Amino acid sequence: MDLREKSRQLLESGDVKAVIGYEQGTMGARRPAFVKKAEKADRLVFDEACAQNLATYLTRPEIRKLGRVAITARPDTLRAILQLMAERQVKEENVLALAGDGTVELASAQAIEEHLATSAKELPARDREILERLSKMDRAQRWAFWQGELSRCVKCYACRNSCPMCYCGHCTMDCNRPQWVPVASHALGNLEYHMVRAMHLAGRCVECGDCGRACPVGIPIHLLTFNCEESVHHQFGQRAGASSKLDYALSTFRPDDKETFIR
Amino acid sequence: MADNFFLPQASLDTLFAALAKDGRRILAPTDRDGRTELNPVDKPADVAKDYLQTILSAKEAAFPKVERLMSFTTGSKSVDLVDAEPHALPTVLFGVRPCEASGFRALDAVFNWDTRDRFFNARMEALAVIGVACTRKDDACFCTSVGGGPGSTAGSDILLTPVDGGFLAEVLTEKGKAMAALAPEAFKADPGLEKKVVDVPVAFDQPGLTRRLKDRFEDGIWVEQSLRCVGCGACAYVCPTCVCFDIVEESDAKGGHRLRTWDSCGGHMFTLHASGHNPRETQAQRWRQRVYHKFSYYPERYDMLGCVGCGKCTRACPVDMNLQEHLAEAAQA
Ligand code: SF4
Ligand code: SF4
Ligand code: SF4
Ligand code: SF4
Repeated sequence: MDLREKSRQLLESGDVKAVIGYEQGTMGARRPAFVKKAEKADRLVFDEACAQNLATYLTRPEIRKLGRVAITARPDTLRAILQLMAERQVKEENVLALAGDGTVELASAQAIEEHLATSAKELPARDREILERLSKMDRAQRWAFWQGELSRCVKCYACRNSCPMCYCGHCTMDCNRPQWVPVASHALGNLEYHMVRAMHLAGRCVECGDCGRACPVGIPIHLLTFNCEESVHHQFGQRAGASSKLDYALSTFRPDDKETFIR
Repeated sequence: MADNFFLPQASLDTLFAALAKDGRRILAPTDRDGRTELNPVDKPADVAKDYLQTILSAKEAAFPKVERLMSFTTGSKSVDLVDAEPHALPTVLFGVRPCEASGFRALDAVFNWDTRDRFFNARMEALAVIGVACTRKDDACFCTSVGGGPGSTAGSDILLTPVDGGFLAEVLTEKGKAMAALAPEAFKADPGLEKKVVDVPVAFDQPGLTRRLKDRFEDGIWVEQSLRCVGCGACAYVCPTCVCFDIVEESDAKGGHRLRTWDSCGGHMFTLHASGHNPRETQAQRWRQRVYHKFSYYPERYDMLGCVGCGKCTRACPVDMNLQEHLAEAAQA
């Protein structure tokens, strides 16, 4: 059995209302596809070129109202699903992850966790190269690097809108009574936006890299949230997307906290 | 009728030097950190090699992402208003593609619709365009479906078409003549050069699409097409013809500034009323707005299209909302 056959079965039996997967896009790209009818399952593809984190669709109103959906999931997508469960945005019974070659059904958080335990995460070559360069810089040089990159930002919010963990219906960026962060894409507006975004994803970023992939002007913006995530991991010993039961590191109080000032 | 010349590759240096000497800034596609961007350049060697298009569009030159319209200071009993002056440097846009060169017309339609916009007009007056015709394309390009073409002269003051050893130069307007006159030695007699550009097949029937849209407003097609759209501003911000803007104020107790910024129909705050009501509440309605604005409202109001088929939106979209493909679909039954 392959993914298309599996999808047909799931849709025919009524087990799921839709399969969120990928289809062939423009210029060799893969893009999201929403298959609601069994006879349309032949559009689906699931291969190395499927990069986008589809979990971002699970919290959209159009998808939520469908009910239970299946979703073809790479490890990044699985981690995002677990983190969305931990943040109570996705219910276990509403999502069926199709992992591996797209035929491995993971119907529960536990199944996803067990599946993930077998896959190791590796950074893409371009990320490694930039991080290598950054690690050789001092603070002033790193600041200059990011200033150069952020000067290209047009504040299109593709990074925010493609992120599976940016599901807020009304983002702080959109609050205009009062306007907390400048709307304009000038130096301050860009910097404040990216600082807020990085902080808000610290301890929640599943390191899928989709924000960076989405950026039309090619800013490796995911490296900011990666870095915050790594620092939370280092300080608190937990990782976003590792479990469906995870307290948010930055807002959870534990009597046995290693810092004494907080007790 | 254009005056045709041969511009040898080496003469570009002469032309660039003459333009600079005349006090003009030259904006051209550059290759910076692996990205094709519009930047000020000094010499032809700074211009990107083999580029297809820049990521962002040339509209920045006349309609920047942020522009100050006025400032104000707040006294105990008064508010002082100071109009901002347009920051319009004499500029030559070099190397933009015919699609983008023709895009300024769609901006002009809005910025000079009822009020003449001081800022846009000041920048346009100071702007001259040396376009370069296309010898290459990709699957996102569809200029020929919207009345343009890879060798179209519309919007350029001078259009260069690559030929062996240099360019065929068509000097098209008064602004073009003025630029050519700055470096007459660079422009040689045309030995009868052949204008050869890339072939871009017509992808859909645009007049048919525009007619078809008249009765498709309530069609389910917009919901289906927009399902994967994540509602960002990428498509509008890279677009040479997207003209929607937002007016915002940044102020403190002592005063502040009024700014104009790019806006996008992708975002959920687009056309949100102060009452809380939004006539375009869903992503499908906003996607429909994008298509209708360009292919129904523009033809109706300004007798032109709001799209030049450059394909930038398709290339920039994080989820591959291929515009040409969606338009072809919408043009059909
Ligand atoms: S996607 Fe890129 S350009 Fe758009 S807001 Fe994010 S960083 Fe800025
Ligand atoms: S911040 Fe970027 S890398 Fe992290 S979860 Fe969101 S999209 Fe993925
Ligand atoms: S809508 Fe897309 S193809 Fe048309 S002008 Fe804008 S960016 Fe280019
Ligand atoms: S079509 Fe693409 S670029 Fe435009 S708003 Fe939707 S996701 Fe963003």
